[in-house]
Amino acid sequence: MSQDIAILGVGMHPWGKWGRNFVEYGVKAARDALADAEVDWRDVGFVSGGATMRNGYPGYVAGATFAQALGWQGAEVNTSYAACASGSQALAAARSKILSGACEVALVVGADTTPKGFLAPAGGYRPEDPDWVRFYLGITNPSYFALYARRRMDLYGDTEDDFGLVKVKNSEHGYTNPYARYRKKFTLEDVRQSAMVADPLRLLNICATSDGGAALVISSMDYAKKMGRGDAVRVAAISTVTPTFASSVVEMPDIATDSAAADGVDALRYRAAIPAKAYEEAGIGPEDINVAEVYDLSSAVELDWYEDLQLCARGDGAKMIRDGVTRLGGKVPVNPSGGLACFGEAVPAQALAQVCELTWQLRGEAGERQVQGASAGITANQGLFGHGSSVILKS
Amino acid sequence: MSANDVQPAIEGWYTMDAEHPHLLGSCCTRCGTYYFPKHISYCKNPACDSEQFDEVQLSRTGKIWSYTNACYKPPEPFVAADPFEPYAIAAVELEKEQMIILGQVVEGVAVEQLKVGQQMELVLQTLHMDGDIEKVSWKWKPRTGDET
Repeated sequence: MSQDIAILGVGMHPWGKWGRNFVEYGVKAARDALADAEVDWRDVGFVSGGATMRNGYPGYVAGATFAQALGWQGAEVNTSYAACASGSQALAAARSKILSGACEVALVVGADTTPKGFLAPAGGYRPEDPDWVRFYLGITNPSYFALYARRRMDLYGDTEDDFGLVKVKNSEHGYTNPYARYRKKFTLEDVRQSAMVADPLRLLNICATSDGGAALVISSMDYAKKMGRGDAVRVAAISTVTPTFASSVVEMPDIATDSAAADGVDALRYRAAIPAKAYEEAGIGPEDINVAEVYDLSSAVELDWYEDLQLCARGDGAKMIRDGVTRLGGKVPVNPSGGLACFGEAVPAQALAQVCELTWQLRGEAGERQVQGASAGITANQGLFGHGSSVILKS
Repeated sequence: MSANDVQPAIEGWYTMDAEHPHLLGSCCTRCGTYYFPKHISYCKNPACDSEQFDEVQLSRTGKIWSYTNACYKPPEPFVAADPFEPYAIAAVELEKEQMIILGQVVEGVAVEQLKVGQQMELVLQTLHMDGDIEKVSWKWKPRTGDET
């Protein structure tokens, strides 16, 4: 039996630093998604929210918060928190509800309002919390991205300009995206001239934090067919796997890796395990993918994703960007939305924004950033504390 | 400054041996997996459910897995000097324990002086001042005279 579900509608609130209540962004995105789906809000049986940790209690119970804001109508609610994978976990919860037959149509929403500058941990003296410890020792998120980038330079011969080319590509892609926060075509020279933050990464290699909201209306295939939408874009797989002991890559926010002294290092590193499970579930392989939306927290980590998505062999990521394979018009465009480079990260909304973009791409509605003939796409992201996700869409 | 004015920035994470400090980890008595930090009452190896650990001193030398620096002042709880001084950060692989441990690199060593694979050793150095008290932390220092 097919485990596919239909994406009936998608909606987003533009990313930015608006400084307003996150609920506003979520409601705007939800209303756009409902209108796109031509579904009445009162017909939604399940509301699944991605939680935000920076907006007090309403953020912890985001599913209920959005349901109340749209008008209580008795729907069941869920809230998922899974760092960068929050949106995908909220989507996975809604898919399970639909596939179990407990609900026909569901609304998935993520939205965030973010503070300025570095994301900082909770206060107090808390040496038992690795997130607190690493900030106390002066190790921020860009430190980890930079360690991975330097490792690429050492192992594969990547250069700072390779990372710069990713930024240039993504800024060209996002230039016409009405939901993107940064719409400026950066040049390689702009990247080279920007301030060094964490060697070898400069300011223009690192993504910012943003406000934003994204929403999906999803349903069973039966419901979609009843609505005359049997041709809707489908969710073919959702992977939210956790790492396997012993992980050999030092991950945020840890100060040390697992020790492999007893058990040996797991063969498949965590970032590669996330899409591998999605491919298996969808029954397709990397050769079937026409478009990808990946988490370019740094422009260097986008190159890691090419390899983890198996779009090229390990170590060949830089060749993909040099040869233009991943730009619009290339064989497998990556981040046609402009990616985090153009959006900045709005944590609980970001994984859903990736799905929104792929939906538009697979419908052929992406305008100037359209990937011609796209019929299968994949998202990928990874965040703190063993969270990551990958979603495959098919038309 | 008297010895009384020096305190660990994080209590119980390392020995305060000024010459040859060690990080304090733990080792599972059943499967031999190491942990740092040591605060653990359950083994995280999925094949082991032991709750018995020995406190151990981890190897105080290793080689660089990767490195970077901090050019901008991190947020609290980091306590920054005024004016802020950039510092390098290294991820160092310990051979026996087969794990990577992050830390600042000692003052005065810039990223240009580091290489992947380079031999490093653990030292104690000031992390920040707390009034008259010097709060020290572990830092990684290039081993002099070693071939990389």
